[in-house]
Amino acid sequence: MAIASNTAGLSVGAPVRAAATSAHHPVIGFLARRLAVGLLTLLIASMLIFAATNILPGNAAVVVLGRGATPAVLHHLEVELGINRPIPVRYLSWLGGMLHGNFGHSAVAEAEGRPDSAITVTLGSPLADSAILAGLTALLLIPLTLVLGVLAGLHARRKLDYSISVPALVMSGLPEFVTGTALIFIFFTELNILPPITLLNPGQSPLSNLKAMILPVLTLLAVAVGAGIRQVRAGMIEILQQDFIRFARLNGIPERRVILRYALRNALAPSVQIIAQNLQYLVGGIIIVESVFTYPGIGTYLVNAVTSRDVTEVQAAAVILAALYIVINIIADLIVVFLVPKLRTAMS
Amino acid sequence: MSTAVLPGRRRVRLPALLAHDWAGRIGAILVLLVAGVALFGPSFAPHSSTATIGIPGLGPSPGAPLGLDFLGRDVLSRTLDGGRSTLLLGGAATILTYLIGVTVGLAAGNARSLVDPILMRTVDVVLSFPALLVMLLAVTAFGGGRTVLVGAAALVLFPGVARIVRTATSEVATRSYVEAAVARGERAVAIVRREILPNIMAPIVADLGIRFSWSIILIASVNYLGLGLQPPTADWGLMVSENRSIISTNPWAVMAPAVMLALLIVAVNLVGDAYVRQLGRSRSQG
Repeated sequence: MAIASNTAGLSVGAPVRAAATSAHHPVIGFLARRLAVGLLTLLIASMLIFAATNILPGNAAVVVLGRGATPAVLHHLEVELGINRPIPVRYLSWLGGMLHGNFGHSAVAEAEGRPDSAITVTLGSPLADSAILAGLTALLLIPLTLVLGVLAGLHARRKLDYSISVPALVMSGLPEFVTGTALIFIFFTELNILPPITLLNPGQSPLSNLKAMILPVLTLLAVAVGAGIRQVRAGMIEILQQDFIRFARLNGIPERRVILRYALRNALAPSVQIIAQNLQYLVGGIIIVESVFTYPGIGTYLVNAVTSRDVTEVQAAAVILAALYIVINIIADLIVVFLVPKLRTAMS
Repeated sequence: MSTAVLPGRRRVRLPALLAHDWAGRIGAILVLLVAGVALFGPSFAPHSSTATIGIPGLGPSPGAPLGLDFLGRDVLSRTLDGGRSTLLLGGAATILTYLIGVTVGLAAGNARSLVDPILMRTVDVVLSFPALLVMLLAVTAFGGGRTVLVGAAALVLFPGVARIVRTATSEVATRSYVEAAVARGERAVAIVRREILPNIMAPIVADLGIRFSWSIILIASVNYLGLGLQPPTADWGLMVSENRSIISTNPWAVMAPAVMLALLIVAVNLVGDAYVRQLGRSRSQG
């Protein structure tokens, strides 16, 4: 909507040709540049992840097998994991494999001689379960953040504001495991109405056990909504002090309309970034929330892999989480550029 | 944002801050209280924090007002003992964060060469990782020792400081008093110390509370996951996770360390917020 009005406005004064370039090219240029930077960041991130998982004191095979492994077994695992090759070669083959959707084999399963250890297979179900947890949270997170944040902003420094802002301030600061533990204490130990952990049979969807998802979702919401509300509220207060709001009011436009048409619309653009930050937060937040509730997602997978020093599993989970983080960031930047025409011209 | 973060040499003194701000006052009292427990608590502990004194998971009794933990150790003694690591590791991480962040920010803000883009792109890469993921990768690479925890938390948190310092520095660096110092032929170190640093202190200090609470949260989270400090160390984060199985028989074993952590973090944030409010107030007055 904002885009159309901007293009029309430009073409009235400026020559059509100039208007067309300034309206389209910067966006495409920005898009290309943003994607390139994102890919480059992801590439560097993959290098750092690979480096971090290969600085292990001693050979990964030794760490996985333990000091007492016989040389023959050790050599076999080294060959299986490709550890006997130089690091750059291993990095490139790992990267190439990932581009084909092949994350290699679990180092620990390989060492213990367990079959069926392809990470692409073992990571599928945790990834799906995490997506469900994060998706369900996001579904509630976005409207809650916007509604509560706007309400607090509109009623700034009044009762409604305090009853929203004070809990938000407390919740947003607390570590997830403290919030999660407190929720377990209330809803399991004291009230005994919700399970403290998410138990799922292999292949069972978390959606079939919604009761067990309530506490993990609530924990994620408590932290993310709290942080988001404070920012949306601050943005709303700032906009309500702008001249155009005062003029709209002086013009006798009904307050309801002033808020819906003028204030909310302008508060929307920064809110996109806040929500993107919230979604990014979820990528990191699920790591610990899943551990609190032993939820069988990628966070638990990653923590288990770090605990058992399963190098290849750590690499795979870390790359996926880092990629999600970067992608959310890019998408948010793009949406903001589309929502705020001013940024598009400033970008060129 | 660039001009708004620079109120000049105006200082906010702590007593003045607390006289006007009830939230800050409550926060300061709580910080002192929790820090007091964390630092001096161990000398008041009725029992050894590692000694088994009864049945695991036993509820509160006269000898142990908070009951016993999952190995039958005194929860009160362990709670009194478990704050020191939280406070000291968090403090160390915050100090390291500012040492690295301010150095990188000053270097980037003053540099009129490739140093600036190189440093700032490095910062961007660090920021493109979820914080806890960086912590876990560091633990994977170097193990979960105290040095690694502090270093990893600083690695996660320094980019924010570096960005703020860089913005503030590059702005101050073009001011006439800095140019005058350059013209007088003063050494770069002296210019940074006498002309630049005092003028960018306010935005640097404004985020101190947030970074401190983040340091505490990140390190406590890794300890909670069992990847940091190892048993039998008494640490609030670790205590919350190791007593999970007895939350029904003796909730205190979990809730006491959790509440202490929560109090500390909320209190630090309250003081930090009060400082920022006061900064805004003194700017609008002056």
